[in-house]
Amino acid sequence: MTSQSPHASTDKRGPAISADKLTKRFGERVAFEDVSFEIGYGEVFGFLGPNGAGKTTTVRTLGTMLTPSSGSATVAGLALTPANGVEIRRRIAIMPESPGLYQRLSVLENLQCFADLYEIDDARSRIQAVLAAVGLTDRASDRSGVLSKGLRQRVALARALLSDPEILFLDEPTSGLDPAAARDVHELIGHLRERGVTIFLTTHRLEEAEKLCDRVAILNTTLRSVGRPEDLRDQLFAKTLRVVTLAPLADPAALFGTIESVTRWHAEGQSTYALAVGDTRVAAPAVTRALTAAGADVVSIAEEQHTLEDVYLQLVDEPRPAEEPQPK
Amino acid sequence: MSLSWRRIRAILVKELREYGRNRSLVAAMALYPLIFTVQPLIAIFVAPSAAAASLTGRHELTFMLGIPILVPAALAAFAVAGERQQETLEPVLETPITREEFLLGKALAVFLPSLFIAYVVFAVFIGVVELFAKPGIAPALIGTDDVIVQVLFTPLLAAWSIWVGIAVSTRSNDVRVAQQLSVLSSLPLILVTIALSFNVIQPSFELVLFLGAVLLVADILGWRLIAPLFDRERLISGPH
Repeated sequence: MTSQSPHASTDKRGPAISADKLTKRFGERVAFEDVSFEIGYGEVFGFLGPNGAGKTTTVRTLGTMLTPSSGSATVAGLALTPANGVEIRRRIAIMPESPGLYQRLSVLENLQCFADLYEIDDARSRIQAVLAAVGLTDRASDRSGVLSKGLRQRVALARALLSDPEILFLDEPTSGLDPAAARDVHELIGHLRERGVTIFLTTHRLEEAEKLCDRVAILNTTLRSVGRPEDLRDQLFAKTLRVVTLAPLADPAALFGTIESVTRWHAEGQSTYALAVGDTRVAAPAVTRALTAAGADVVSIAEEQHTLEDVYLQLVDEPRPAEEPQPK
Repeated sequence: MSLSWRRIRAILVKELREYGRNRSLVAAMALYPLIFTVQPLIAIFVAPSAAAASLTGRHELTFMLGIPILVPAALAAFAVAGERQQETLEPVLETPITREEFLLGKALAVFLPSLFIAYVVFAVFIGVVELFAKPGIAPALIGTDDVIVQVLFTPLLAAWSIWVGIAVSTRSNDVRVAQQLSVLSSLPLILVTIALSFNVIQPSFELVLFLGAVLLVADILGWRLIAPLFDRERLISGPH
């Protein structure tokens, strides 16, 4: 499955990341396979999947930490090869799930170390800038080991921002954070997005992906789908209007059967009806008119909303192509 | 291969800061010098002046080369296994640092304090013997050749211990296991220094030159052998 970024074609630099049948195996075990997608510069791309789906391994592979078993990829305009490892790592930053801070060192000492590892010019002002960005200026001299998990996560984000990366990989950035700390991270991601940083976000939190991401990919060893959350919803679920009337309709078949935009319908209880429709903006007024003409007392007409969670559960539970029953 | 000294220095500075704040490492750095100095000093202080004759022509001080063998072994074992245990290795390897820069930074961070400790402890030992031992003991115990051997062999032995320690560390998941294995790997060298110290092996100029050359070659080869062991993939995702 290949999915091109709507952004990629408009950018002279080409895609920020492209993967073509990328596969990683550890011996006999397949971490992920045949993964293909493109991500445009400035895009926030969500990578969703259950535990063990291969999300972190994909990040590590694209981050040059692991060598792909087969397939190819480009990251920040460079082919994903061992020879390009240093240059790719210069252009990207990864915030792993565990903050991985040197707990005996202060926040400032941690950042100084990484500023030197990235050979950042004017490291002092850059460190001040990233500390300000994550709201930790006043905690710079605190030992990392005494910080709360939320603050450590912020330090890790500051560390990832030090090199002003073209592409930022965030691996479960809100894992284990309380809602307030998670909201802070969301706001930071929002600011980065406004600055045009390409973000590759792996997450379990579907509402997070829906809120932050331009597009999402759903992975469960193989890539199940890639697209905008609303497009994935439309692909998977027929649009449904839910009609509630005060009293049961006398002849609902005759009523709904005459409306062109209603493809099928069924009753859900005595006076609730679910109508499968093509375009809700066409169907809803037509249904309203028909009900009014029939003298029905309408309590509500509403479009049934499918969440990204519905999409996710539907796709993750689908058998992999190799697992699908073969025709006899 | 071009090396970034700024990145090497980043690892070096970070390591030195961490050593200073890691009590178990400070304890390890202090313990070995104590083992190698307290008992011999007591023996020297209680020895009568008449014992000087039996010390002449021997090379008792060679045992102090155990310090530049054991201190770096204990420190180097922490180099990679410690980072893995703290979950700090992955963020470092995600930066543009090369494995050679990482290993050189780690090795220098062990080499410099080990050299400092070995030389300072040796100098203090000599000073204490000169000041407080009974007459005749100090000149019999401390020969110019002993001092030269100590000065020259300290870096050679430390370098070898570091490579062995880092090799063990890259293959271990647990710091304590790595330290035990690393120290255990250093025992053959300790045995050689003890044998020289107790005249089991009669040191000669040619033998010292030969051992020095062997260590120098081993140190250079050690670097080349250790670097390939440092496999990012294995270190990040474990053996498969």
